Parts: sequence; structure tokens; C-alpha cells
Amino acid sequence: MDILSLFVVIPVLTITAILLLKDTKQVRMVSAFGMGLQLLMAASLVFLYLSARHAGNTDEMLFVKDHLWFKSLNIHYTVGVDGISVAMISLTSLVVFAGIFASWEVEFLRKEFFVSLILLATGVFGFFISIDLFTMFLFYELAVIPMYLLIGIWGTGPKEYSAMKLTLMLMGGSALLLVGLLGIYFNSSPDRSRLTFNILEISKIIIPLPAQRLFFPLTFIGFGVLGALFPFHTWSPDGHASAPTAVSMLHAGVLMKLGGYGAFRVAIFLMPQAAHELSWIFIILTSISVVYGAFGAIAQKDLKYINAYSSVSHCGLVLFAVLMMNQTAMNGAIIQMISHGLMTALFFALIGMLYGRTHTRMINEMGGLMKIIPFLSVCYVIAGLASLGLPGLSGFVAEMTIFVGAFQHPELFFRIVTVLVVSSIVITAVYILRVIAILLLGPTTNEHFEHLPDAKWFEKISVVTLIGSVAAIGLAPFWLSTMIGASLHPIIEKILALNPF
Amino acid sequence: MSLGNFLIMRHEMLLIVAALSVLIAEIFWDPDKKKSIILFSVLLFAVITIIGFLPSTEGSLFGGMYISSGTRVLMKNILNIGVLLVLIQSVTWLKKEENSGKINEYFLLIISTLIGMNFMISAGHFLIFYIGIELATIPIAALAAYDRYRNKSAEAGIKLILSSALSSGILLYGLSMIYGTTGSMYFGEVAKQFGNNSLQILGFIFFFSGMAFKISIVPFHLWTADVYEGSPVNITSYLSVISKGAALFILIIILFTVFPVIMATWQKTIFVTSILTMTIGNLFAIRQQNLKRFLAFSSISQAGYILLGLIGGNQLGMTSVIYYILVYIFSNLGAFGVVAAISNATGKENIDDYNGLYHTNPKLSLIMTLALFSLAGIPPVAGFFGKFFLFTAAAQKGYYLLVLIAVLNTIISLFYYLLVVKAMFIVKSENPIEKFRSDFPTRFALGICVAGIVINGFASIIFEAIRNLSFGV
Repeated sequence: MDILSLFVVIPVLTITAILLLKDTKQVRMVSAFGMGLQLLMAASLVFLYLSARHAGNTDEMLFVKDHLWFKSLNIHYTVGVDGISVAMISLTSLVVFAGIFASWEVEFLRKEFFVSLILLATGVFGFFISIDLFTMFLFYELAVIPMYLLIGIWGTGPKEYSAMKLTLMLMGGSALLLVGLLGIYFNSSPDRSRLTFNILEISKIIIPLPAQRLFFPLTFIGFGVLGALFPFHTWSPDGHASAPTAVSMLHAGVLMKLGGYGAFRVAIFLMPQAAHELSWIFIILTSISVVYGAFGAIAQKDLKYINAYSSVSHCGLVLFAVLMMNQTAMNGAIIQMISHGLMTALFFALIGMLYGRTHTRMINEMGGLMKIIPFLSVCYVIAGLASLGLPGLSGFVAEMTIFVGAFQHPELFFRIVTVLVVSSIVITAVYILRVIAILLLGPTTNEHFEHLPDAKWFEKISVVTLIGSVAAIGLAPFWLSTMIGASLHPIIEKILALNPF
Repeated sequence: MSLGNFLIMRHEMLLIVAALSVLIAEIFWDPDKKKSIILFSVLLFAVITIIGFLPSTEGSLFGGMYISSGTRVLMKNILNIGVLLVLIQSVTWLKKEENSGKINEYFLLIISTLIGMNFMISAGHFLIFYIGIELATIPIAALAAYDRYRNKSAEAGIKLILSSALSSGILLYGLSMIYGTTGSMYFGEVAKQFGNNSLQILGFIFFFSGMAFKISIVPFHLWTADVYEGSPVNITSYLSVISKGAALFILIIILFTVFPVIMATWQKTIFVTSILTMTIGNLFAIRQQNLKRFLAFSSISQAGYILLGLIGGNQLGMTSVIYYILVYIFSNLGAFGVVAAISNATGKENIDDYNGLYHTNPKLSLIMTLALFSLAGIPPVAGFFGKFFLFTAAAQKGYYLLVLIAVLNTIISLFYYLLVVKAMFIVKSENPIEKFRSDFPTRFALGICVAGIVINGFASIIFEAIRNLSFGV
């Protein structure tokens, strides 16, 4: 058993263990144990990866394991990681770990809840370790489908509507993606003699330009739906608002990153020429995502909606940066994925905890919480500051890198768009500070709130894990950006070789 | 008839023996223990299914009218597995008092249709093919009217016999044109003589329409929903899985071996009909309340997806069609098995009745969910792999647009499958179906279905084994 497959095996074993349990009280302990183990695995993976790189291993992907699966179609189960996937795996294990603790008090069908949640995580881990498009797609769909039950059963508000909308839209995205992947597969070998789904092998050849023009948009939009690309983002606010806490965390924190990661690793990496040609269309769409998402967040009164729109804005920024196709911007995109993943998970965890106490998510019904529940409130402020890009926290590193990189783009059009998109920083500040002002400061408006309890131990674990990571990236971004940058290098080389500016 | 010949048509001979022994058994059976005849018949059929997997002899009989090859034996074995599952699933229902007078007839009729299907699949001549298709159809009409005192069941029988008579007429008309223009009914001869003569094309279209009735391809699907709803659940599952599968098997063989010359023509035909079949099947399924009607329309749309495997005329296409039908047998029988179990225990067949089912019968709900996800093509169950290969087969020949339409259709289908999942898991109910424990045969059959749904996908060996027996144009 190789180390990477363990990332899928451990969740599956955890699920099996949960299913075998008779006592539902132990379910969360088993889940926490399984995902804690996963977190340790992720930490040791980072260590192993860095030491392998340090020892001078310059392969594009490390820890590659290959098993032939469907021989006649040359479908393999192939796993391997580079710095980017290692970073994404660490992010996922952090968020899942925090998510388990954030849903400590789920009572209704507890066993089923944790099984679905970990199943979702299995899909995400599998996606990040795969370098074969078939298994990647399999895990991608596996990650999407438990969402339906998670939102439908344990959600709030118009949960059935939101769950259906989210599932169908994401599956619609994967429909486009499937056609795109088949198109890549059948163009993966110039004489069709040895077709392959392996990303590394496909990246060695150049897919014919007409095929790229056809399949790049399909693949990019397919992943873009999950990455909240305008106008396919509408599932996100409804879905996030209705989902239970841990699911919002996992979904905004990790699942949306599948979109960004896939758009970059599959669509742009394998079809760089079409990406270059068509980038202006998608740049426009992603810019709309960024700015419109931020404005949307201003207009909302429900905390979860605010955060959902803010996710649309931040995830739009990821796709925006990826499309700039230069080292700095892409580096920023990856850091933004990590940073946003942690930060938004933190936000959703805190919102869940507030909602559990106040039973409302409307900002105008709350006020003065800072005096009553100081721990949670301070955490909320930290999350807000990270979101608006305050130096010292992860958001600053990510956004700074993205905008510097985007402005390096040689064409005037892209620079102008960059300037427009930068305005989102200001708008973000507006809605974050407004929420903090109304929610936390000022007089207490509702006397029922005066005896609310502050965070419990499991909530503290969840929150502190995330805040620690956000601060770690903000204070010491270089180990992360070096790890990512080194892995980005060969990808950028390939893109630049095909698209001389 | 020598032993060698017997071995070549082993499947048919064994089935005939089985049919006769079930018939004779009734005479000598103790009338008080009549129900044990069910066990006898099911075991007999299980033995036949196992014998079917023993190494087979290839060859042809009756001057080439009957052909046995690896591919055809594989198809028969797949059908045998399906029929065995249907038989096990029917045990509970057959044991009911109202059916005690007609147990033998059930087995006799089912086995007769299977004999017909086997002859149809092994046909090397259009006459044998036609005899097979009739033998496969007429007893089913009797089965559809099995609950003959129930109006709907009797109506289903009549509808089925009338519409299949019409389709047989059209089919025969097409065959007569083919005979008239080629001077032969042998598959090999016809293939050689076939050209782009417009009368021949017309003959082909008539032939295809006749087959479309059997597979219930739009626009020849109108009989399906009523017949499925009226028939007893187990007959409906038989109709939707076995009959459809057998007709698709022979259609793919005939298209690939007899009509390769007019491939461009049948590709256009399939292109249009598959889009219509998927879309209309899916759109109508959304509105259904009765689960049998619901699964009827879902099975119409499934036939539309399967046509995608036929369109390329490639080896991968044939592999994916056979593989998909195997997967489809397990998935659809899984879904029908749950419907039958609940219908037998409570008589309820509507989606609304399933509200809150998970809280009272979690295992049945999980099996239903698994089966529906497999039908919708959600990983990691086998339906995902099946659909993926069908789409790959069509994409191999450049039908990307068709694949896109098909995948978008799977999204529509996911919507209505999720409606059932929603009813079971999410919607709360005042009076849900009460907790009950189904008997051993039902649980056993459902267990096999679940195993099939799960294992078929991951075990690439099954796919590769099918591929080794498939061929392209």
C-alpha cells in the first residue's frame, strides 16, 4: 500500500468502522480519530515531500503508483502528487478535521451524517491524488453526490430545493466535463495507437488546436461550475445557506477548490493554446464573479448568504488568476485556494456556532455579541480580517500575489480588467466591516442573548486549528509558495513554450 | 441428433427439458405440497444457469440457420442470470394464495419466452429469428395478464399482444422486402447482397421499427407504460430487463453482421431515435407517481443510452452494450426487487407512499438508492462505469454532440431518481410504510443485485472478458 492510496483507504475504513458501530455516541469519536489520523498523514506527506525534493528529486510528480485497471481502454489507477496537490491535501485534511468537531452536536441520524461527510471527503482526497483523468472524474462525482443527502436531510431553510439545485448544477458541470475528458482522451495520442487518460503523458504531446478549441471550454466550464464561475454560480448561495455547518465548511472550503484545481491541472495544463486564445472570455466571466460576488455580499442580511457570495468572489479570483497564466498569478491562485479554504471554513464554522446559540443568522437581529461571547467574536474578527486581506494573515499573501501577477500580463486589456478586479478588495472590506460592526459591536439588542455560553472545547479545537493555519500561512508564506512555485515551474514552462507572448 | 449438435444448442435444449419437466412435475406432484414446486423450478433453473457457463462448443446447425458463438453464448448466459434473479424475486409473490392454481404456468411461460430469446440470439437466418421473437413475445402477453381478474392486468395483456402483433407485422413486411431484394434469408447471404437500393433501405427501416417496438424506442414506446403498470411487478421487471436486453442483443448482432453496408443509414436512424428515446423517456418519467410507470419511463430512457453503444459500429460499442445490459439487469432488478417487496408486503406502489421509508426500512431504502444511483450513473457503482463506456464508444467515432446530449439527459434522470431518494430519506410522513422483514428469497435476490451493482464496476475482468468476445463491423 503506497502512502497516497492511504488517503482514500483511511476514510473508507473509518466509514466501515462507523457502520459497524452499534452505539451512536462513539460515532463522532471514531470519525475524529479517523480524520485526525488523516491529518497526521497529511503532515507526514508534507514532510516526506519536502525531504524528497530536498534530496534532489526533480520528477514532476512524486510517490507515483500505477495500477492498470481497464486494460483495453488503457485506464489506470494512477496516483502521484506535486507541491500543489500536497498543499490541497493538507488543506482538505485540516478542513475535514475541523468539520468533524464543528458538527459534534449533530443528533439526528448521526451515523448517516458522519458517513456521508467522510464519503464526501474520500472523493475529495481521491481527486487530489489522482493523475489519471478517469479516476479523477470518478472521485469528482463521488464527492458531489453525498451533498444531496447532507443538505437535504440535515440542512435548514429551503433545503430540498437547494440540495436539488446544487446537485443538478454540479452534475451538469460534470456532464460538460465528461465530454471534455473524452475529447482529451481521444486526442491523447497523435496516431490513436496509444490513447491514455494519464495527465503526465498527455502533457507531453500537443493536442491538435481544433480539438483544443472544442474541448477547452467544455472542460473549463465543467470545472468552473464547481469553482463558481459566473453565470453558473447560482447553486452556491442557496446551497451554502441551506447546508449544515460542516457541509458548508467542506463545500466552500474544499469542494469549490476542486473546480479551481481541475481548471488549472486539466483544462489549462493540457490545452494551453486554446486557454490562451479563449482566456479573454473567461477573464470577463471570472471578473464578473469577483466583483458581482462582492457586491452581492453587501446586499445580503443572512450571514451564510454573505459568506456564500464572498466565496463566489474569492473563488472567482482563483479562476481569474489561473487564466493569467504566469508564474506569479498562478502561484497566487493556489495560495488563494488554500487561504480561502481555511478562512471560509472558519467563517462557516463560526456562523454555525453563532446560529446554534442565537437561532438566527440575520445580522440585524443580533448585536453586541463581543461582550457576551468574546472568544467566538474575536475569532470572527480574525476571520474577517483574513478575508479582507490584512497583512499577517493568509488572505493578504494570496491576493497580493494574484494582483501583482495579473498586472504583469503584457496585454492592456488584461491589465485594465485587473485594475477593475482589484476594486473587489475595497468592497470586501465594506461588507466584512459592516458585519463586524453590526454583529459584534454596539449595544446588545436582544436580552435573550445576554446569557449565551461561549465556545465549548470541541468548538475551540475546530476554530483554533483553522486560525492557526491561517496565521501560519500569513506569517510564513514562503515555505508554501516555494513548494507550490517549484511545482508550477514545469507547467508554466510548457504554457510559455506554446504561447510566446 | 448427435451429442455434438446437442452441445452446440445446449442452452435451448436444457431449457426445453426444464419447461417440460415443470409441466410434467405438476401431474405427479402431491397437490397438498404444490408450493414446493416453486423451489424445484428455481433450483432447476439455477442448475441450468450454472451449466450454461461451462465451456461451449462453437458451430452452426441446420445448414447455418442456427449459429452458436462465444458472443451469443455470453448473451444467453447474461439473460439466464437475469431470469434466475427474476424467478427468485417472484417466489414470495407466487406463494400467495391467489396464485396457487397457476404456479407451473408461470415457470412454463417464462422458460418458453427464454427459449424464444435464445433462438432469436442464435439465429443465422431471418426465419429462425422471427420464430424466436414470436416465441419470446406471445407468452409474455399471457404473463402480463397473469392476474387476469384484475382489469389492469388483463388490459396489459391485450395491449401487449396487440402492439406486438402490429410490430411483428411491420417487421415481417421489412423482412419480405429484404428477401425480395436479396433472394435469401440467411444473414450471410443478405449481408453480401445488400446494397444501397432504396427498397432495401425501406426494408431495413421496417425491420428497425419492428425491433424498436420490442425495445420500446421512441416513437414506438407507447405501449410500454400501460403494460408495465398493469402487469404484476415481477412480470414488469422481466419485461423491462430480459425482453429488452434480448432484443438489444440480437439487434446489435444483426446490425453489425447483416447490415454493415448501410452503416451510414442506421447510424443516422440511431442518432435521431436515441436522442428522442432518452429525452422523451426522461421527461415523462418526471411526472410519474406510480413507481412501475416511473421505472417504465426510466427504462425507456435507458434504452436510449444503450443505443449510443450501437451507433459507432465498433468493438468497444458492442462490449459496452453487453456490459451495460449486464449492469442494467442488476440495477433495474434491484429497484424492481424493492418495489416488489414493498408491494407484496403492503400493496403500496406510489412514490408518496415511500415517504420516510428510511426511518422504518433502512436496508430496503439503501438498496433502492444504490440501484437508482446505478441507473443514473453515479460512481462508484457499476452504472457509472457502464455509462462511461457507452459514451466512450460513441465518442470514439466522433459523436461528441450525441454524448453531450446523453450526459445532459443523465442529469434529467438524476433529478427524478433523486425525487425517490428524497421521498425515502428526507420527506417526513405521517404514516410511513411499516417496518417489515422480507422473506429469504427476496433478501437473497436483492443481495445478489447489490453484489452485482458494486462488483461489476470495480472488477475490470468482467469488462475485459466481454471485450474479448465482442466484435465490430
